[in-house]
Amino acid sequence: MHTNVTNHADASIDFNLDEARVDWHDKTLWFIREKRDKASHLIPEWEDLREYASQIKNNVLSNLSEYLVQFEEKAKANGVIVHWAADAAEHNKIVHQILKQHQIDRMVKSKSMLTEECGLNEYLEANGVEVIDTDLGERIVQLAKEPPSHIVLPCIHKKKEEIGELFHEHLHTEKGASDPQYLTAAAREHLRETFLTRRAALTGVNFAIAETGEFVICTNEGNADMGAHLADVHIACMGIEKILPKQAHLGVFLRLLARSATGQPITTYSSHFKIPQPHQEVHIVLVDNGRSVHLGKEDFRNALKCIRCAACMNTCPVYRRSGGHSYHNAVAGPIGSILTPNMDMKKNADLPFASTLCGSCSNVCPVKIDIHDQLYKWRQVLMKEGYGPAAKNASMKMMGWVLSSPKLYDFSGKAARWVLRNTPFVVSNKLNPWFKEREMPEAPKESFKEWYLKNRQS
Amino acid sequence: MVAINIFISMSRESILKEVKKNQPSLIPLPDVHLPIAVAAGNWIAALKERLELLHVDVHEFANEGAVLHFLKQQNRKNTDRVVTTIPAFQSVATIITSASEDAHTLENVELAIIPAHLGVAENGAMWVTDALIKYRVLPFITQQLAVVVKRNTIVYNMHQAYEKIAGTAYEFGVFIAGPSKTADIEQSLVLGAHGPKGMMVFIVDE
Repeated sequence: MHTNVTNHADASIDFNLDEARVDWHDKTLWFIREKRDKASHLIPEWEDLREYASQIKNNVLSNLSEYLVQFEEKAKANGVIVHWAADAAEHNKIVHQILKQHQIDRMVKSKSMLTEECGLNEYLEANGVEVIDTDLGERIVQLAKEPPSHIVLPCIHKKKEEIGELFHEHLHTEKGASDPQYLTAAAREHLRETFLTRRAALTGVNFAIAETGEFVICTNEGNADMGAHLADVHIACMGIEKILPKQAHLGVFLRLLARSATGQPITTYSSHFKIPQPHQEVHIVLVDNGRSVHLGKEDFRNALKCIRCAACMNTCPVYRRSGGHSYHNAVAGPIGSILTPNMDMKKNADLPFASTLCGSCSNVCPVKIDIHDQLYKWRQVLMKEGYGPAAKNASMKMMGWVLSSPKLYDFSGKAARWVLRNTPFVVSNKLNPWFKEREMPEAPKESFKEWYLKNRQS
Repeated sequence: MVAINIFISMSRESILKEVKKNQPSLIPLPDVHLPIAVAAGNWIAALKERLELLHVDVHEFANEGAVLHFLKQQNRKNTDRVVTTIPAFQSVATIITSASEDAHTLENVELAIIPAHLGVAENGAMWVTDALIKYRVLPFITQQLAVVVKRNTIVYNMHQAYEKIAGTAYEFGVFIAGPSKTADIEQSLVLGAHGPKGMMVFIVDE
């Protein structure tokens, strides 16, 4: 459909070639969804928490300009250097500039979907800066030269044998070894040496507090802390929507985040960075990259409430069976499908169609984003703007024509039933996507209308 | 420095202008009021249960003296580097009083024993700030972590925790809920991703 861009349906075909693997991927993610259910059911006030989180985020979006100024002021007073980046290119330049000033050409990085969105690693590498991702899952996909396929579980698509192979090649583990304990221990040794020798650390930000100027980073591994505390320079990059008004609001969001993400009551570490250590420089880069424009779209602005827990991805029947890479963006799944068309409508026109609109995503969202409604609304916008898939455009026009004439409708039904009964190979072939992975029911001899006219008791 | 600030300040104004133009009219902040689901008498039991689920070795003691006695009973190699920020443990650990050395020198610490300001029963998280650990990296770089928390500082949930934290001075603070862990390889839980491979919590009466 689009030049040099994969579309979701085509990429899913590749993902679905190995049926056993798709089943495994599907089950693994459903298992995490079930853990989320169990964790949320242990909190009697769960629904109230979601409602509060939603209302707090509504307030944030409605007063964002003021909160950003307040956050900047407090962060500066805390001794943090604050930068503003209008887009990905400026973000990347700022980070590179900071590193250049300190003559640093090797950096550790903990998970940040924002830097994936901005293509920071590629930019820095092209400029001679080595970046080592330190989240285990991210390190694995980095060694495999792949992007993460999931925002919380970056290598959820990889089998342990494949990881063993990668580690054998890069970390010299034993050939054929695939025990997670053994492989994790090997990564620990390799990354410990890295943490101890790098002078700069880049991290993402989960929450930034306007009231205090502090920012909070949540990890299970402790990689953000190992990097940040040992480095001379800590650069924290955040989208402008990550602000919370008050410290007390962390109580609401930290109760929701990990339970929604993995079913844990809280991540192992929730680190609050307020004032830099002596002799350390802390930089915050506030990144817009399309968010301020997105904020102006009434039907779609709620997507900016997202706290990146990935509950919508784990529950999505399409995501589970098509894999994160099929969404060709840093943020995949239902939330990615409503965020990315804001950045590039043409490139991401396929994504709002990669959904059954079952609504499960909206039901698990901890901040109550109307995800499936937005998917539906995006479809309207995309068709209107002419970005709809070509086949869909043609078939919709055809259907409009048929449905506008009762005679034509009766005839089409008859013709279709005849074809299905007598020459099924005409439609049941490789060219028709409706017959992929599906068996069609036998076509009835007559339409309901014909049956009714024959059988009604007048 | 100068060069950076010039091109950044331009984006600052344009971003803030665009945000201000596009943000909807003010939606008020809610007042968060939530009931505490569990009666205070059951918080310690809830905390212990949660910590065990987090693979934390949890013990109750009357005081730090009893903790010291327990620590002395533990089989530990003479070569193990044990450090603490709690003066009562000076006979089993080297006392750290300030961050006077390069933090990288902590890389061979086997066990760090630190206090926590408070513990949260609902999720097993211990609130620790830089004043209690001296080196921010200490609870992460150590192979094993032990946390001493006073019984009367245990709260049930995070809202109560932040009520207590509000207005306290800290430069860095962290909730720690168990040893460092990962399940990135096929969802198999492995303890000790980068930080401690094991954690102990001592709940003391005083």
